[in-house]
Amino acid sequence: MTGNSAKALALPLAVLLAFEVWARATHLQSDSLAPPSQIVMALIGAFADFSILAATRDTLFSAFTGLAIGTLIGLAFGIAFGISDTLNRLMEVTVEAIRPIPSIALLPIALIALGFGYRMEIVIVAFACVWPILILSRAAVRSIEPRLMEVARALRLPPAQRIWKIIIPAALPRIFVAFRLSAGIALIVAVTVEIAINPLGLGAGIMLAQQALRPDLMLAYLVWIGIIGYALNILLTVAQQRLFGRAALSGDSP
Amino acid sequence: MASAAKRLEAVSGTIAPQIAFDGVTLVLGGKTIIENLGLGVRPGEFLCIVGASGCGKTTALRLAAGLYQPTSGRVNFDGQPMREPRREIAIVFQDYGKALLPWRTAAGNVSLALEAGGMPSAERPARIEELLRTVGLPGHAGKYPSEMSGGMQQRLQIARCLAQEPKTLLMDEPFGALDAMTRQGLQDEVLSLVAASGATVIFVTHDLDEAIYLGDRVIGLLPHPGRIGIELPVNLPRPRDQLSTREHPEFLRLRRQLFDFIKATEQ
Repeated sequence: MTGNSAKALALPLAVLLAFEVWARATHLQSDSLAPPSQIVMALIGAFADFSILAATRDTLFSAFTGLAIGTLIGLAFGIAFGISDTLNRLMEVTVEAIRPIPSIALLPIALIALGFGYRMEIVIVAFACVWPILILSRAAVRSIEPRLMEVARALRLPPAQRIWKIIIPAALPRIFVAFRLSAGIALIVAVTVEIAINPLGLGAGIMLAQQALRPDLMLAYLVWIGIIGYALNILLTVAQQRLFGRAALSGDSP
Repeated sequence: MASAAKRLEAVSGTIAPQIAFDGVTLVLGGKTIIENLGLGVRPGEFLCIVGASGCGKTTALRLAAGLYQPTSGRVNFDGQPMREPRREIAIVFQDYGKALLPWRTAAGNVSLALEAGGMPSAERPARIEELLRTVGLPGHAGKYPSEMSGGMQQRLQIARCLAQEPKTLLMDEPFGALDAMTRQGLQDEVLSLVAASGATVIFVTHDLDEAIYLGDRVIGLLPHPGRIGIELPVNLPRPRDQLSTREHPEFLRLRRQLFDFIKATEQ
């Protein structure tokens, strides 16, 4: 394990080292590139004055709030569409018409309606998160073992209990995969909104560094966003294995 | 209303059947699965249904459960038409692995039936323990179905069905996937459970010996479409015994008759 990760790290480290050597040898002067050592120094500096921590807080607050709202909406519709074929057919054209709209294309409307700030960003993130959750939870509900639904019928479970005690737990392993997917999307969309227009968070930090002709700081933000995304994915993957190791195993086997 | 009262009057002369099929026909996807099935099951009776595969025995059971509605004819339970499943009717499915909730422990699976029946949570643990003991699973309350053998999982499903305190137990080839030894043990346990609870049973199986061993009456279905081909009362003494009952001349006679019937339907 440690031997493998050491091997996997060897190539990127070698590339970084070569880049460092080349940048120093050629006395690199650039608006878009900086040697790795300067990027690390810029990152440390941004931590020292708390600017990157404040930006991280802003971005994650928007991303997670949007993710939570999008998940709840997507889940409610996904489960409803998964249960009721009639409802699903009624709404299918509407869903398929709205879904392909890139969430960023809503930016002008959201800006007029809500102005700059958290609210606008949260709405756009939520819009982006609704669809993968809706589509995947609908599929998850539809693929529930029919025998389980018959057991629920035979036991005369009332509809609310049927959803809460059978449908949601049975579909949860797959719903969590959708949530993990959406968490990545939430971060991407939040940063994109900030880069495009919203003057807060990590995206705005990148733009500011670029306009200040500080490629080292700009790249430091980029590296930091990468680290956050990576950590988020690891966190959710571990949570998935911890929570659904057993259920995912028994739910997926035919 | 008036016709229901008349029907009640008509059957009250003799023992009213608990489950009554009256001219039941079921067409699914343009194919007639069951045709003009008439059948009465008395309260407390152990009825076994056998037949070649695809003869509609499982379908007949699902009609009795209220999971299917007949295309024409009626299925009545205690004189009332079956429009949907009822709590007094419990179903033991063949594929126990799919019928149990994999995310709940043995106790949790039994609890589901109690929750559905609205039992207060304070009373559930004692009842769960009692039910698990009844089916021979004491001390397994905390295990997940995936940690249990096939025989134990089927016992667990039976415990969940007993939690419904059913008047009728519908069993769909419940031991079909189990090995011979486990199967014989469970046959005897089901017989003693049923004797203790007085429940009516409809038991579907493709094992003719099992049908005769368990039943008060065995019905053989003819395929395409499913209809009754043979009806045999089983006059073997109870309690039944795996050795002496199976050596009984009457057992062997019935076995011969049933095998000849099945052989004839397969030609």
